[in-house]
Amino acid sequence: MTHQAAPVNAKFWTPGVVVLAILMAAGAAAIAARFIGGIGYVSNLTTARPWGLWVGVDVASGVALAAGGFTTAFLAHIIGRHYYESVVRPALLTAMLGYTFVVLGLMVDIGRSWAIWKPMIYWNPTSVLFEVAMCVMFYLNILYLEFLPIVVERFKGRVNLPGPLAALNSPVEGLLGIADAILPKIMWFFIIAGVVLSCMHQSSLGSLMLIAPTKLHPLWYTPMLPLLFLTSAIAVGYPMVVFEATLATTSLNLDSEMKVLTPLTRITIFLLGLYLALKVGDMVVRGTYVYLFDFTAQTNSFLVEMLFGVIVPWLMLLSPVVRRSRRALFVACTLIVGGVLVNRLNVFVVGYRPPISEANYFPAIGEILVTVGFIATLMFLYRFLVTYLPVLNKPEQEVSA
Amino acid sequence: MGLNRRDFFKYVTVAGAAVAGSGQSAQAWQSRAPSDPVGSLVDLTRCIGCRKCEEACNRVNDLPAPDQSFEDYTVLNRKRRPDERAYTVINRYTSGMIDERDQLVPTFVKLQCMHCQDPACVSACIAAALTKKENGTVHYDVTKCIGCRYCMVACPFEIPAYEYHNPITPKVMKCTFCYERVQSQNKLPGCAEICPVEAITFGRRSDLLKVAHDRIKSNPGRYVDHVYGEREVGGTSWMYLSAVPFEKLGFNTLPEQPIPRLSETIQHSLFSYMWSPIVLFGMIGGVMWASKDKSDRVENGKKGGAS
Repeated sequence: MTHQAAPVNAKFWTPGVVVLAILMAAGAAAIAARFIGGIGYVSNLTTARPWGLWVGVDVASGVALAAGGFTTAFLAHIIGRHYYESVVRPALLTAMLGYTFVVLGLMVDIGRSWAIWKPMIYWNPTSVLFEVAMCVMFYLNILYLEFLPIVVERFKGRVNLPGPLAALNSPVEGLLGIADAILPKIMWFFIIAGVVLSCMHQSSLGSLMLIAPTKLHPLWYTPMLPLLFLTSAIAVGYPMVVFEATLATTSLNLDSEMKVLTPLTRITIFLLGLYLALKVGDMVVRGTYVYLFDFTAQTNSFLVEMLFGVIVPWLMLLSPVVRRSRRALFVACTLIVGGVLVNRLNVFVVGYRPPISEANYFPAIGEILVTVGFIATLMFLYRFLVTYLPVLNKPEQEVSA
Repeated sequence: MGLNRRDFFKYVTVAGAAVAGSGQSAQAWQSRAPSDPVGSLVDLTRCIGCRKCEEACNRVNDLPAPDQSFEDYTVLNRKRRPDERAYTVINRYTSGMIDERDQLVPTFVKLQCMHCQDPACVSACIAAALTKKENGTVHYDVTKCIGCRYCMVACPFEIPAYEYHNPITPKVMKCTFCYERVQSQNKLPGCAEICPVEAITFGRRSDLLKVAHDRIKSNPGRYVDHVYGEREVGGTSWMYLSAVPFEKLGFNTLPEQPIPRLSETIQHSLFSYMWSPIVLFGMIGGVMWASKDKSDRVENGKKGGAS
């Protein structure tokens, strides 16, 4: 199969990239402060509020918004919709970077970063977090493996290491050759395993909070949380692809991929609709709609999440005009992405209220800098990798059908 | 090109089968509580708020010196929580009860880890650093801890504290129930040993429950008819007797169901013998194989997840 992905031919140090570099430096300073003064030095985390912005955004939202990786892999490689091939590589790159930063975020958030390997030895099968950690670990490695063919494609037959490293040219070339020979034969296993692992930990991320029935607001606390997390992750997969593809093609002056994105979001109507139905059904069955108009910070946040994150974009997507308009589709998909982000923040931060100490929490500037720095680094690496590796589609060419 | 009706039906069937299957292997949740643990009974009608227990706890556990001395009773003017420097604290409540000279009668409440029978923290701990010992102690082993603080999220009593200002080797800090003293040295926990008014009774949990109910029965009107910790979250090793309703003393009302029950039931039904991932793998593999047959002649999977 011929494909059209190619390194992007554009200047790297644009003003946007410089801004990213500045944000990265600020984040690096905050991370240095965390490892010198401790978590308490840069964050507002307390005994009553042990999880905050880092878990809510870097970990929980990071995992959810990386769902484009396994949802596009399912579409293109498992049910064989090769029409969508052109978005698989960027989605895979986003997922790979997303999960990498989930782990980096965890390294900052956990107190003993150097001990992160210990759950591999000391198993606790009753722990939902243990299962999530194992899945994320395996899946991250699968993502690297799935990305490897892109690296092989770029460098096979062209390995030219600088200076004294040149002696390694032929061994590296040999490794790439072996990878190129073996990977296509075994990749089916890892593609399926990637989807299975994703379903497991996307849902289990929701199970995490089931251990805190007295703390999580009843609008979110439901035995259905794992199912809601899974369906919302699957539903946000394609909108995340649209979000990311629109940003990339705009900022890099590439061809718009509307021919692929428009049909992709038709599937989202069903997926997001299913999530909406489950969410509303759960609310009706448990009778939690009585809290809807309490107008506290928590219930308002729920209304924002549902209204602007699910209902409005779902109604927008119903219209073919919206699905065909690049701008309107981008708005709808951004709302869905934002809705999932707000949902994860609500479940892990806003909706979490310890009843005894009633402690409030708002992220400290240090926490915000770390999170912003990580997001900036992720975008920087995305920009860097699409510049040097064949990820995005070459301009001026038809997408394959 | 979207999904056609036939495909859609296929996937819904697959999804339905997965959901239906998840119910089949559900098994009844089993408590792993030790059968005859030790515990402590705190009689709040006896406690005089002398803070001797705080002092003893600090000493036997080698905790850092407090900012204010243990003889300084002005600390009782505000509500405190156990933290990374104090495993136990006393708070003073005035419930409106007055004595014969019209003075408000204070009630002092000792707080520490409750050592639950089915502890949420033990169920949650990612690396089994927290365990429920056979003698009832909820024990923390720092050598396994990674500092994820999921135990603190899980604890319904908001007890575990964290050394947030230690950058590299912070620990979770909570009452140890003086495990070494009790197990190896045959001593009482520091707080129970020192209490000058026998407000803390240490013993077998089953015996303590008898004592508690006897006290309620033989002193009509002195206690509310509730042993806090007997049934809360499936039972705790630390239990309380009080003259004042517990909700007026900062105790939260908790379900009788052990906290880990729901999440453990879900995890167990889905992942025992890894049946659901294996089934899902098989189903997706089947779909992949079937789609490959009828789809175009492109080699599926060639160039990995990326072509």
